[in-house]
Amino acid sequence: MNLTFSQKEKLKNILFHVLVGGFCFFMLYPLLWMVAGSLKTSGNALSATLWPDAMQFRNFLEGWRGFGGVSFATFFRNSFFIAGTATIGQILLASFSAFGFTRTRFIGQKFWFAIMIATVLVPGQILRIPQYIMFNQWGWVGSFLPVILPQMLPVPFFTFLMVQFVRGIPTELDEAAEIDGCSKFGIFFKIILPNLKPVLVTAGIFRFYWSWNDFMTPLLYLQSVTKYPVSIALKMFSDPNAITNWGAMFAMTFLSILPTIILFIFFQRYLIDGVAFSGID
Amino acid sequence: MNNKFGALDSVRSLDAGMNKKKWIKENLTGYVFILPWLIGFLAFLAFPLLRSLYYSLTEYTIVGDPSWVGLRNYIEIFTGDEKFWSSLKVTFYYVVFAVPLRLASALALALVFRKARPFTNFYRAAYYVPSILGGSVAISVIWRQLFSSEGAFNDFLVAIGVMGDRISWIAHPDYAIWTIIVLAAWQFGSPMIIFLAGLKQIPKGLYEAAEIDGAGKIQQFFSVTLPLLTPVIFFNLIMQMVKMFMVFTQVYIITEGGPLNRTLVYAVYLYRKGISNGYLGYGSALAWIILVLLTIVTIVLFKTSNRWVYYESEGE
Repeated sequence: MNLTFSQKEKLKNILFHVLVGGFCFFMLYPLLWMVAGSLKTSGNALSATLWPDAMQFRNFLEGWRGFGGVSFATFFRNSFFIAGTATIGQILLASFSAFGFTRTRFIGQKFWFAIMIATVLVPGQILRIPQYIMFNQWGWVGSFLPVILPQMLPVPFFTFLMVQFVRGIPTELDEAAEIDGCSKFGIFFKIILPNLKPVLVTAGIFRFYWSWNDFMTPLLYLQSVTKYPVSIALKMFSDPNAITNWGAMFAMTFLSILPTIILFIFFQRYLIDGVAFSGID
Repeated sequence: MNNKFGALDSVRSLDAGMNKKKWIKENLTGYVFILPWLIGFLAFLAFPLLRSLYYSLTEYTIVGDPSWVGLRNYIEIFTGDEKFWSSLKVTFYYVVFAVPLRLASALALALVFRKARPFTNFYRAAYYVPSILGGSVAISVIWRQLFSSEGAFNDFLVAIGVMGDRISWIAHPDYAIWTIIVLAAWQFGSPMIIFLAGLKQIPKGLYEAAEIDGAGKIQQFFSVTLPLLTPVIFFNLIMQMVKMFMVFTQVYIITEGGPLNRTLVYAVYLYRKGISNGYLGYGSALAWIILVLLTIVTIVLFKTSNRWVYYESEGE
C-alpha cells in the first residue's frame, strides 16, 4: 500500500494515541477504581468494574462519621493545620536562610553551606529513632510540635533549591536598594522575596504534599484520636480485619487525595517546571 | 580562623572602630539569616544523631535509663539478629528491581513524549499523577485492596483465564514483595519529567551529524541519546535509590512486613524494633548501621560514575 507522507503521519498519530492512551488508562485504573468504588454498594465495592452498580453517595456520609466518635472533619482540620503551618513556615524560613547563604558574608559561611549540601541526601527515616528519643525526653510526644517543627524549619533540600534561585536574581537590584539605604532585611523582603514567587509556589506545593501524606511522624508522636491527621485516620479506618463498609472506605480514600489533585490541577505548570528544574520527587 | 584574624588586622590598620562595627554587623546579619536553618540542623539532625550514636552503645529501653554496654548491640546485630540480615536482603532486592524498573519506564515514556503531538501535555500530566500520590496512605490502601484475594487484579486474571482460583497477592510469600515493587515502578512520573528536561538539552546537530554518518534511529539512541543522558540517569539513580532504601509507608500498610517477614524492609524493621518494641539503644545502632551503609553505597556509586557518566567537558 502506498501512503502519502501526511497519511503516514496520521497513522502514526493514531497508533500513538492507541498505545499511549491505552497505557494511560491502565496507569490511572487504580485511581478510577477507587473513585468508582466510592459510589458502589459495599458488597460490590472491590469488583473490577469501573461502572458503579449504584450511585451510592451515602458512602460519603457514612464514611465522614469516622470512628471512635471522631469524624473526618476533625482529621481534615488536623491535616490542614499540620500541612498548612509546615508549608508556610518552610517556604518563608528556607528562603530567608537561602538569602543568608548567598547574599550576606560571614565567618564560616562556606563551612555551613558544605554541611547543608552534605545533609541533603540524609533520609528522614534514619532520623526517626534519634529524634524520637529526644522528643520523648523533652516531653513533646503527644503534641503537634514534633510533627510540625521539623517540617517547618528549613530542610536542606528546599534551602538548596532556593539558593539556586536566589543566585539567579541579578545583584544589581540589591546594590541599587543598598544605595537607597535599604538594610539586608529590607532587600530580602522587598526585592528577593517577590522575585522568588515561582520557586516559593513549587516548594510550597511539594512541602504541602509531603506533609499532607506524612504518615510516619504522626504515627510516632500523636496518640489521641482527636489529633490524628487524615493519613493515620485512613489507615485505622481501612483496617482490613475490622472493616465491612468498603464503599465508605473508598469514599474517604478518595476525599483524602482530593486536596492533592486540586492543587495539581491548578498548579500543574509550576510543578512540572519545578521538577524539571530541581529534580524534586 | 586565620581568615578572621587576618581580616581583623587589616581592619585595624585602616579605620579601626568604624570597620570593626561594620564587620560585626555583617556577621551578625549573616547568622540571623541562616539561623532558621541552623536551628533545624542542630536540633533535629546533628544533636539527635550524635546522641543516638552514644545510645547505640548502651542498653536503653523505653522504660529504663541507658546503661553502657560498649559494642554489644552491634555485635548482636551482626552475629545474632536474623531479622536484620533478612531485612537487608529484602531491602536490597526491592531497590535492585524497583529502581531500574522505575527509571526504565520513565526513560521509555520520556522518549515517547519527546516529540510534541496533540494531547502530549495531557498525557504527560496524567502519567505524572501517580508520582504525587505515591507516598500517600490512600494509594497504599487502594493497592492493598487491588491485590487482595477479592480485589480487582484477581478479577482480571480470572476473566482472561490466566487463573482459576483467586489468591491474595499481598499474602503470598513470593509475590508480596512484587506488589510493592510494581507500586514503585508505577510512580515513574518525576524521573520522567527530569528525563524530558535532559532530552531537551541534547543538541539537535548531533542527530543530524549521526544521520549523515548513516546511523539509524536505534544506533542514534545508543550513540547519542544514551551517552548524553548519563548525567541525568546518574542523578535520578542516586535520588531514587536513597529514597527507596528507606521505603516505609507502602510496606507498613500493604503487607505489614509479612508474610513470613518476606517484605520486612529495613525501615519497617527499624520502626518495630526501636519504637514499637521500645529498644531505643538497639534501634539507634540499627539506624547508624543503615546510615553508614547508605553513605558507602552512595560513595561507591559516585566513584564508579567516572567510568560511565559522560560529562561534555571531558569528551571535547
